[in-house]
This record gives sequence, structure tokens and C-alpha cells, in this order.
Amino acid sequence: MIKGTDRQRGRAGAAIRGTSRHVGPVLKVEDLSLYFRASVGVVRAVEGVSFELQRGRSLTIVGESGCGKTSLAKAILRLLPRNIHTYKGRVFLNGTDLMTLSDERFRQDIRWKEMSLVSQAAMNSLNPVLKVGYQVAEPLLINHNMEKKAAFERAREVFKAVGIPAAFLDRYAFELSGGMRQRAIIAMALITNPSLVILDEPTSALDVLTQANIMNALKKIKREFDLSFILITHDIATSSELADEVLCMYAGQLVEHSKAERFYREPLHPYAQKLMASVPTLHTEKKPEFIAGQPPSLLNPPSGCRFALRCHRRFERCEEDPPLFQHGDETVKCWLYEKG
Amino acid sequence: MENRAPLSVISRVDETDSRTLLSMQDVRVWFELKKWGFLKAGFVRAVDGVSFKLDQGQALTIVGESGSGKTTLLRMILGLCQLTEGQIEFAGRNLDGQKSKDLAWLRSQVGFVQQDPYGALASFMDVHRILIEPLIINRVRREEHEQRIREALEEVRLIPVDDFLTKYPHMLSGGQQQRLVIARALLLRPRLIVADEPVSMLDASVRVEILEMMRGIQKNHDLSVIYITHDLSSVRYFSERVFVMYAAKLVEKADVREIVQNPLHPYTQALLAAIPDPDAKNAAELKAVPPGEPPSLINPPNGCRFHPRCPHKIEGRCDVDEPPEFEPGPGHLVECWLYDPEAGAPPAQTTMTDRAQAQAERQTAELQDRDN
Repeated sequence: MIKGTDRQRGRAGAAIRGTSRHVGPVLKVEDLSLYFRASVGVVRAVEGVSFELQRGRSLTIVGESGCGKTSLAKAILRLLPRNIHTYKGRVFLNGTDLMTLSDERFRQDIRWKEMSLVSQAAMNSLNPVLKVGYQVAEPLLINHNMEKKAAFERAREVFKAVGIPAAFLDRYAFELSGGMRQRAIIAMALITNPSLVILDEPTSALDVLTQANIMNALKKIKREFDLSFILITHDIATSSELADEVLCMYAGQLVEHSKAERFYREPLHPYAQKLMASVPTLHTEKKPEFIAGQPPSLLNPPSGCRFALRCHRRFERCEEDPPLFQHGDETVKCWLYEKG
Repeated sequence: MENRAPLSVISRVDETDSRTLLSMQDVRVWFELKKWGFLKAGFVRAVDGVSFKLDQGQALTIVGESGSGKTTLLRMILGLCQLTEGQIEFAGRNLDGQKSKDLAWLRSQVGFVQQDPYGALASFMDVHRILIEPLIINRVRREEHEQRIREALEEVRLIPVDDFLTKYPHMLSGGQQQRLVIARALLLRPRLIVADEPVSMLDASVRVEILEMMRGIQKNHDLSVIYITHDLSSVRYFSERVFVMYAAKLVEKADVREIVQNPLHPYTQALLAAIPDPDAKNAAELKAVPPGEPPSLINPPNGCRFHPRCPHKIEGRCDVDEPPEFEPGPGHLVECWLYDPEAGAPPAQTTMTDRAQAQAERQTAELQDRDN
């Protein structure tokens, strides 16, 4: 194990830290791909994804299950399983190329310090035998070598920000309700004051009212902490609660990256259009549709556009793989927008 | 439960009782808690005073948060747990204290669609084996087996049938697995289907397809369906009637359209206000959500169970007496003191609870200030 001295660590940390000196996007992803090795072949979970995210904005990643949303998050955070086949592309955080960092350096300087994760069903991932307050303060105690007292003081602050009474610091996970546990996990992700927080289905296991409460808390946090969020969800209605921009994925690829105002009103890509049409709405009359057929296997994806077989606007051109086209401010992977 | 509104309103579609398939009267299920394995430590009141009737051919949705007692209600209908009090009748037979023979009969009459299709299907059995099992157990004549399996698979549109018969559950997509679970529930030609969150594990693009299919089957076969969910936005595509459950009680019962357009109980109002429609504007606004969490079912609050979170609480009333069922509109039943006809005019009807709304607006304004 390589152990950087404090001086080295401090230097790298200062360069990467999202201080006001850095202008430009918080996160820039270029042609990121992640393939897994499986007994039946190579699974192309994420293929050629590129996007940028500005400071203080939030990006929502939507798509059906198995389209590579979570794998994309893992690829950005470099939380990789062992059966990696290919992991390529470039990821810049505040202008620093993360792919050039060693795993150890990445662990020490980036993960949880600059980017943190609220994972799926996180509320079940609290340690049952440690007090919640200790678990929330742990990143500061371990990663930042902070004094215990100062760390707990900071834990109290983030608890307040996510809406848990400070008295709960001394409780154990089983004494908290599901919503409270989820808030504690969010507090844990915020405590190091990162530039980017990735939320992977943060509310899908919760009830409607609790979900609305947590979304309210996240909206306030986003303003107060000047954070960037990446929210991954398959629940389109909820995704709109925290979206400035929307990135829609299909079969491992980015198919559309649009401003929220556009995406929720009239998305460009035929898949995104169908997906939006399939969402049942409560407050407006609309008959939801469904998308016939199934997404292609990621083991052996079709060579042309991956949505072509289910697409209602297919034409000859779709047998070739479309590049990403710029259509105004939006990016879309569809031949229909070739002319721009 | 004094001064309850007459129950017959619920089955007003058909006043004669012959169409009634399932009826519950003041049903309670309390689970006893033990301390150190033998000391009595109170009860969990999982279902506490539930009454309704369900007609043959009617589809009913029960909406509620987790822990509100939905699943216990469902287990009761399936004969999987004992009542503490009350009466439950299915097709004219009393379901309490049945013998195992009656239970076998009940279970051939009630089909069950589980929430997690993959977990509900034996992974080591192929489709044919999964479907023939209930036929063997219920001693259906062997000559009928193949035909029944075929019919069920065609019904759920797993066609061509021959391609599917030899497949194992892991070879099917989530939507197909759920169809198989529905096929299995239909196999014994039940009169009632109970579906526990049948689409919550599926993607949005498949959900509607499955719900529409179930709706079609329900209408074609004059089946009754009880659909349990926490997703109110899918409800309107599925059933005629909705019951809202909160802390072990059915607090509001109404037709779908009524619930969506004119919710009366403050809890239902909060629930509807909390569910977003996809819209970019949502990101700039805070939602009006009542504070707090559902009460413990071991020690529920006195009076109305929603009163600690309710913005319309009437002091000295809501926190003292349990509200009976009032009927402010035809077929619209609500357990809330606000609609007590003796207390004067019902309050002005609002789509969202005023105080919570005002608070949300204030906070949204604060957010925007900070933005600028």
C-alpha cells in the first residue's frame, strides 16, 4: 500500500479542492466506458458517455433498470467490482484528470472528500452497533484526521441541515425510522463538504410523504452548500424534483442530455418521448402508453442505434450507430437531429 | 363504533347482496407483544376496525404507507392470519376459525399476485412446472392440465406459449416474470385476485402495460381485484374505488375520480399534494408536507390518528374522540371530524391543506431569495 506523506496529500488536495479559483465545470466526463467480464461474454454496461456538470447544478440520470445508470455512477466514483473488462475514458473533477491518479491517491483525496455517494437502499447500510453520530462523523475522523470534538460539532451542523434533531447523534440505527436513517446517510455524504454528491435512488424505498420531505431537504441543501448533485432514479416524476438538467440513458449509452424545462415538456429522442409518455400522471388527465419490446442485451448490442427496433420513427439511417448531435443547447444521439 | 354510516352505500352499484363477494365488518387484527418471551407487553394494532364490502367484478385499490396495515389486511383475506375481532365473509362463508379444508377452498378462490415476481417464482422450476404445481395440489383432472396452462399463458400474453414452457424464471424479463405470476394466480379460475404492489418492482415503461392487462382480465372474467399500492398515480388507470389507509384504519373511501379531484381527509390531501407530476417547475418549489411520521401502532394517539400531524385539528375534539365514518357526498366516506354534519357547515374544500401550503410558499420564497 502506498502511503502519501501529509505534505503530498495536502498538495494534491489543494489542487483538486473545489475552491473558487477553479472556473469551469465541476465534473467533466469524456467518452467513459465500463465493460464487465461475465461467464457468457463481455457486458457493455456503460459505453462512450460524455457530459459536463456546472457548479451548483443538479443532473438527473433517468432510464430503465439495467440501462447502466448505477454503473455510470460507480465508474465516476471508481467503485469498481473485480470483474472489470474495460474501464476507459476521462473524468475531470474541478479540472483535475482523475484517471491519472493512483487508486490509493483517489481513495485519499477524492472519494468522500470531493465526491460522495448516497447509495441505493442506503438506509439499511448503517452499522447497527455504532451510534449514528459516530458513523456520520467517521469520514472526518479517519480521512481528515480531525479532532473528535470538532468532528462531532460538524456532524451536528449537517444533522441540522438534513433536518434531524441533534439529539439523534447518540442513537443507534434501529432507533431511527426509515426516513431518518436516509437523512443520516445524506448527512454522512455531506459532512466532508464535497463538490459533488451522487444520489443513487435516494428515496425509492420510502413512503410518499417521507420522500417529499427528503426532497425538500435536498433542495434546501443544494442552495445552502452550493453543491452539485447527480441524482439517479427510474422514477421520472420524482426526478423532476431535483433536476436542472436531465441525462437519459438507454442500453448503456447516453441518448439525450437536455435542460429540465425541455426534457419534461418535449424531449427530443424518441426513447425519451416514449419514456415520458409512459409516466402516469395524477394531476392531469393523460393516458399513459407503454413501450413495446425490450431493451437489447448488453452482451451483444445491435450495431446501429440501440433503440431502433422499438422506435416509432425508425428509418434506413438507423442501421448505423448515430453520433451525439447538438440540437440547440441539447445533446441527442439520434439521426433525426443530424441537421442540427 | 357507534353511529357508523350504513355500510350498504359502498355496494351501491348493485344493492342486492348476492353480488357481494367479500365483506368485512369492524375487523381488528392485533398482534401480541411479549417481553422476554412470556410477559405481556401490549399489542400491535395492525388492523383496527376496518369495514367494507366488495362486489363480484369490482376492482378496489387500497392506498397507504408502509406499516399502515395494508399487508395484514391482505393476509387476512388470504386466510394467512387470524382475526382478533370482527367478521370477514367470503362468498357467504364466514372465514373466521376455518378448518384446513375450508382454507384450501378459500385459496383456490383467491389468487395472489406477489410484489417481487422473481422472489415469488421458484428459481429451479421451469414455467411448465411452476404452473402445473397448483393444478396438482388442487386435484384438477389431469386431462385439463395442459389446456389450463395454455389458456393462462395466452391470457397474460406470454406467446407463443411453447417458447415459454421450458424457460426458467431467470431467463424472463421482469415484466414477463410478473406476467407469469399473474398467470399462476389465474390458473385455478379464482373469483378474487389480490395483488400486493404488482408493479412496484417494474420499470415505468412496463408498468402501464401490466396494469392494463390486469384490468382487461378483470373485466373479461368478471373478477374482483384488490390492488394494494402506495403509488396513487397509477390508481386511476386501474380501479373504480379507492380506500386510503392510515395507521391501521381506512380513513377515506371514495371513487377514483372523487379521490383525485376532491380529497376530503387531510391525510389524503397531503398525500396527493406530495406526489409530483413530471415538471421542471418542481425543482424550484418546496412541497407542502405535514410534519412528523405515522404513529406507532402499539400506542396510537387518542382520537383521530392523524391529529398530531393535521393542519385542521380541532382542539378538544380530534385529540379526544375517534371520528366515526361520515358521508359528505354519495359514496364518499371519510373518518374525520371536519365533516361532522352536526358541527355545522363543512369547511371550505381546499385541494391542499392551507397552513402547510402557506408554509411551503414561504419557504419557496426564501429559497428563491437566496438564489438571487
